[in-house]
Amino acid sequence: MEERINIPVGDWIEAGVDWILDNLEPALDGIAWFLGLLTNSFEGALLAVPAWLLVLLLVGLSWWRVSWRFGIFAIVALGLILGMDLWEPTVKTLSLVLASALVALLVGMPVGVAMSRSDTVEAAVRPVLDLMQTMPPFVYLIPAAIFFGLGTVPGAIATVVFCMPPVVRLTNLGIRQVNREQIEAGLAFGCNRRQLLTKIQLPLAMPSIMAGINQTIMLALSMVVIASMIGAGGLGNTVLTGIQRLDVGLGFEGGLGVVILAILLDRITQSVGLRRKASG
Amino acid sequence: MEPMIRVRELYKVFGPNPREGLRLVEDGLDKDTIFARTGNTVGVQDCNIDIAEGEIFVVMGLSGSGKSTLVRLLNRLIEPTAGTVEVRGQDITRMSQRELIRLRTEDLAMVFQSFALLPHKTVIDNAALGLEIAGVGRTRRRARALEALDQVGLKAHARSYPDELSGGMQQRVGLARALATDPSIMLMDEAFSALDPLIRTEMQDRLLELQRERRRTVVFISHDLDEAIRIGDRIAIMQGGAVIQIGTPKEIITAPANEYVRSFFHGVDTTQVFQACDIMDSDNIPVLDADTTAGEARSRIARVPGNEGVIVDADGRFQAVVQAKRLGELTADRPVSEIAVAAEPVTEDVALASLPGRASRSPVSIPVVDGEGRFRGLVSLQRLVEALDRSRGAASVNGGQ
Repeated sequence: MEERINIPVGDWIEAGVDWILDNLEPALDGIAWFLGLLTNSFEGALLAVPAWLLVLLLVGLSWWRVSWRFGIFAIVALGLILGMDLWEPTVKTLSLVLASALVALLVGMPVGVAMSRSDTVEAAVRPVLDLMQTMPPFVYLIPAAIFFGLGTVPGAIATVVFCMPPVVRLTNLGIRQVNREQIEAGLAFGCNRRQLLTKIQLPLAMPSIMAGINQTIMLALSMVVIASMIGAGGLGNTVLTGIQRLDVGLGFEGGLGVVILAILLDRITQSVGLRRKASG
Repeated sequence: MEPMIRVRELYKVFGPNPREGLRLVEDGLDKDTIFARTGNTVGVQDCNIDIAEGEIFVVMGLSGSGKSTLVRLLNRLIEPTAGTVEVRGQDITRMSQRELIRLRTEDLAMVFQSFALLPHKTVIDNAALGLEIAGVGRTRRRARALEALDQVGLKAHARSYPDELSGGMQQRVGLARALATDPSIMLMDEAFSALDPLIRTEMQDRLLELQRERRRTVVFISHDLDEAIRIGDRIAIMQGGAVIQIGTPKEIITAPANEYVRSFFHGVDTTQVFQACDIMDSDNIPVLDADTTAGEARSRIARVPGNEGVIVDADGRFQAVVQAKRLGELTADRPVSEIAVAAEPVTEDVALASLPGRASRSPVSIPVVDGEGRFRGLVSLQRLVEALDRSRGAASVNGGQ
């Protein structure tokens, strides 16, 4: 009988996970502590604010940054969320998105800058980004749950991993696309490497970086919903409950809440990139 | 005097193996063969130039001739493969990064073809970029940037953003940015090439005006001979990475090194290059006093090919023209001044282009004088027509193809 070839990739990954569990526990605890602190403080802060004030703030932001029409949309949409009694899960989801996206940006932007400066770094990081982006997001949930248990923190970690690639890629791309003569102008007037980055490259790459930030926030939102499967809570939980009880209405309400949050976050973050055009 | 910029045996080879390319180009192989054999591109080869302090030195060539590479070698935006570039006697090819940055912030400024302004900064902050990089405080650098903007006539637009300005205005910001650091050398890479012809001429005039206020050493890259003639004290012509001729505009036009150089003349108005002193006759003109007799004048004028003499005063200052045909009206003992024709002289540096108009209004040849009014020579109608024909001939060298 012919012997089947079976490369035990799965076994290796498990061995790796075990090794990490045995040897890197303090590091894992540190990450968990930091992310827990961040998400809890976001959530605490957003829930401490009375609902009407937060609604007012979001509507004001929509009105001022985007358009008066969008402001009216925000009133109706947020009123709907309050009316469906989904305010608390929405705020929880929002805080999880903001905390995860913040971490992803703090890690992702420097990585993007490093990639733009060295072809070697770019070549090394690119496959990792491909992996992070194309691996089905549910797969992150397993190791996240193993390392960090169930709850908000593993959800946040899975979200950070999933939503980081766009900002890394677009930071790298934006810097690499800066016009050659503008780089030369910086150098010709005596820029050192740091000045070239802060005075020429980053400002000129800003539209691209802002697009990356926008995409990262949107991905974070979609992952946060999935992360509710390991107990991250929020709107995803509402959807999950709807599925488990085969309650079409509840599932749809939760889904609608996600859509509204997505539209608000998308338009408001996009408007930041167009700052000068809008005000000037 | 020591040149401001001295370039010696400078080479730049781009590609996978510049050293090998360098060896082949030194062996005398041409650019195309080297590229075919090794994949290396010769950017600049065996370049030797001295640029004097305060002159406008134009580097001309077609695209791909290496002129943009050359100017970037002068501030080491591009690392040379071999050779030296000295600025005030200091070899910049051996400078450390720190010394190089100091030189760039203090002494060398650059103006770009695409302007290369920063769209997120206002005009004044763009103009202040060099000072900002050098670490000058906000108030001081803005004051100096405003001065520079004033020099280029853009003070009123200090608070605008670059995309609100026309192309010509944007390049004036580029010029102000270079002027703000008060450099002794300005490198201008096709600085006016992206502008439409009228604005380009205006910018050339502005540059010349700025040079009159404070003479800087300007290295100006161009592909336009009209521009080179207008602003250049000297012109270097590049072909295939090599400098094939260096000279004043007049030298280049009167003695082009080869067909390639000549090809630039097509459609160019060289009558701006030549001056009255270039085409005047100064040897065969009898110079007379006011009381020279008609008889003597007749015999002296008869000995020369032209039919005219001139009357000067005791100091050699031009007074009037004497025509041979009118001497017949006088008896031999009368003074020539009785039939002399008054004519308005021109100075030696008047451009050939402005002479035909004068000649058409004058019954006699145009007298040429120096700054003190002393007689230098005559431009006869015949000489004028010959000169115009020659410069038109230069302009149409390629026209007949």
